[in-house]
Amino acid sequence: MSGTEKMTERTEDVLRIENLQIALRSEHGDDPAIEALNLSIGRGEVVGLVGESGCGKSLTALAVAGLLRDPMHVTGGRILLGGEDIAHLPNRSMRSLRGNRIAMIFQEPMTALNPLMTIGDQIGEMFVLHRGMSAGAARKAAIAALDQVQVPSAARRIREYPHQLSGGMRQRVMIAIALACDPELLIADEPTTALDVTIQAEILDLILDLCRERHTAVLMISHDLGLVARICRRVAVMYAGHLIEEQAAGQIFATPQHPYTRGLVGALPRLGRRLVEGQQPLTEIPGVVPAIGDFGTGCRFAPRCPSAMARCREAVPRTTQLPQGGRIRCFLHD
Amino acid sequence: MALVILRRLAQALITVAVVLTLVFLLFSVIPGNYVSSLMAEKRGVDPAVAARIAASLHLNDPTPLRLWHYFVDLLHGNLGVSFSTQQPVTEMLSGRIFASVRLALAAISFAIVTGLPLGYLAASRQGRWVDGVAMVFAVSGLSVPAFWFGLLAMYVFSLQLGLLPTFGYGGGDLAHLVMPALTLGIAPMALLARTTRAAVLETRNADFIRTARSKGMSEGRLVRKHLARNAFVLILTMIGLQFGAMLGGSVVIESLFAWPGVGSLLIQSVGLRDIPVVQGCILVIVLFFLAVNTLVDIAYLIIDPRIRYK
Repeated sequence: MSGTEKMTERTEDVLRIENLQIALRSEHGDDPAIEALNLSIGRGEVVGLVGESGCGKSLTALAVAGLLRDPMHVTGGRILLGGEDIAHLPNRSMRSLRGNRIAMIFQEPMTALNPLMTIGDQIGEMFVLHRGMSAGAARKAAIAALDQVQVPSAARRIREYPHQLSGGMRQRVMIAIALACDPELLIADEPTTALDVTIQAEILDLILDLCRERHTAVLMISHDLGLVARICRRVAVMYAGHLIEEQAAGQIFATPQHPYTRGLVGALPRLGRRLVEGQQPLTEIPGVVPAIGDFGTGCRFAPRCPSAMARCREAVPRTTQLPQGGRIRCFLHD
Repeated sequence: MALVILRRLAQALITVAVVLTLVFLLFSVIPGNYVSSLMAEKRGVDPAVAARIAASLHLNDPTPLRLWHYFVDLLHGNLGVSFSTQQPVTEMLSGRIFASVRLALAAISFAIVTGLPLGYLAASRQGRWVDGVAMVFAVSGLSVPAFWFGLLAMYVFSLQLGLLPTFGYGGGDLAHLVMPALTLGIAPMALLARTTRAAVLETRNADFIRTARSKGMSEGRLVRKHLARNAFVLILTMIGLQFGAMLGGSVVIESLFAWPGVGSLLIQSVGLRDIPVVQGCILVIVLFFLAVNTLVDIAYLIIDPRIRYK
């Protein structure tokens, strides 16, 4: 039963990334940054993308939005938005998608807004760009959009500048901008990382509520596995440009399969479990993510992996299906 | 806003007083005065005559007393009388201020009109040959002494090509203005080009530019609506400083091109130890600098909302 449900979901994928390759252009050719990435998101689905800094999460997001800047570029694969490949669209066509069908929220609300432009103009710009509205109509629409993200006295606020708003308010403005044109896909790149803990939950709930109402698909990028597992249906884990595990959110937290995912789960502090010495200590993953061009020949996690075998250093494992659903890229499951 | 301007005026007043006092003290410390430079120039001046001149100009009064008299006169709008021409200093300056400001305006206009586009061009082709050429050009503009550039321009455009008059004011026509303005504007132009390049590069990497890109706008709109104004905020201070310093900086250029401005008057008067005129010229130069920078501050109040609310 659940199998057929899954099948129908698959056919109406909003986003489907197939075998995506991204490389860093350098003097001696292309250094691969992202390899053989497959990921899909259904309509209204919330999918998490997790990993340490530098593992390629944001790169993937930028590629989907067509915002990769030289020397990064897509070298292969397809990015299907509603069935249409957008990986190699000309700039002009990509511009009409961006902001309109694919929207983004970034990490730093303090610097992500133009300091010299009023909030109203920055939101209204979306309606001018993608709905062809006049300045007056765009202003009215901006008030409505600001109202939707629960900013009090929106009609007055649209005349204010970003520096007059708190971090949480600014992120609400970012959400208003992102959702202004009812996108099919929202990419939220660490949307709450820079905010006060007390506001994080509010902002997350706001994003999720608004997207649920509109059936907007969300790609939630975060380094925080706990957060992602709580709010997403599925979670994909990336390491050094490879997608190494994907499972349903509940499962990945309870039974992480890849040694890297296990490391991430082990590094999470849990509320209510007192850290008495020698009991339930927080573990860390020794070492750092390798830089692009330093990936080596084997599994990219092998140098840091506690269960690494000889073959892990010789070849990259393939992606296989997990019996409980989901997939993994690890020799322990091959 | 009115409060800000009022505060700026008070600051300016103090600055002027300090600068004038320093110049006054400097000239009473360095050896030589008007009479000694007169005697050096025209040998055989009767010592009795020299003593009488010195007495009539109060040159032998104690320095504090002379300073006191100077400031009392200044408050009455009286800049004193030139030792050498016996003309009131205000009268000598009045015609020259216009000539100097005209030259400075022409020079800063040239610097802005060429420096800003050059810097923008270099930034948008960062690392390519256009960038390299523009920046070599900018560094040369900064390192070449202005008077040498002026002499070179005279040689090429006047003597060889015969396109422009060599020097002089020429009744205020444009042809006479071109070479002095270019010579004076070349260093600020180079500096503005570099500043603009840095400002554009910095602004282009800002998060809000990435946000603007994610909205799906054309590159033209991105530059017009988001990049240009933010980058200009970073450049404006440099424009103000360069323009403000121009009257002082034009001293050499005015002498070179025999431009009848404040700068060339200053050079003549320093040679003669004609203190009232020197003081008058420096007052003009300082006031101009302060006025320009106050205007820049007001411009910031208009452009940048973050400053308005501080």
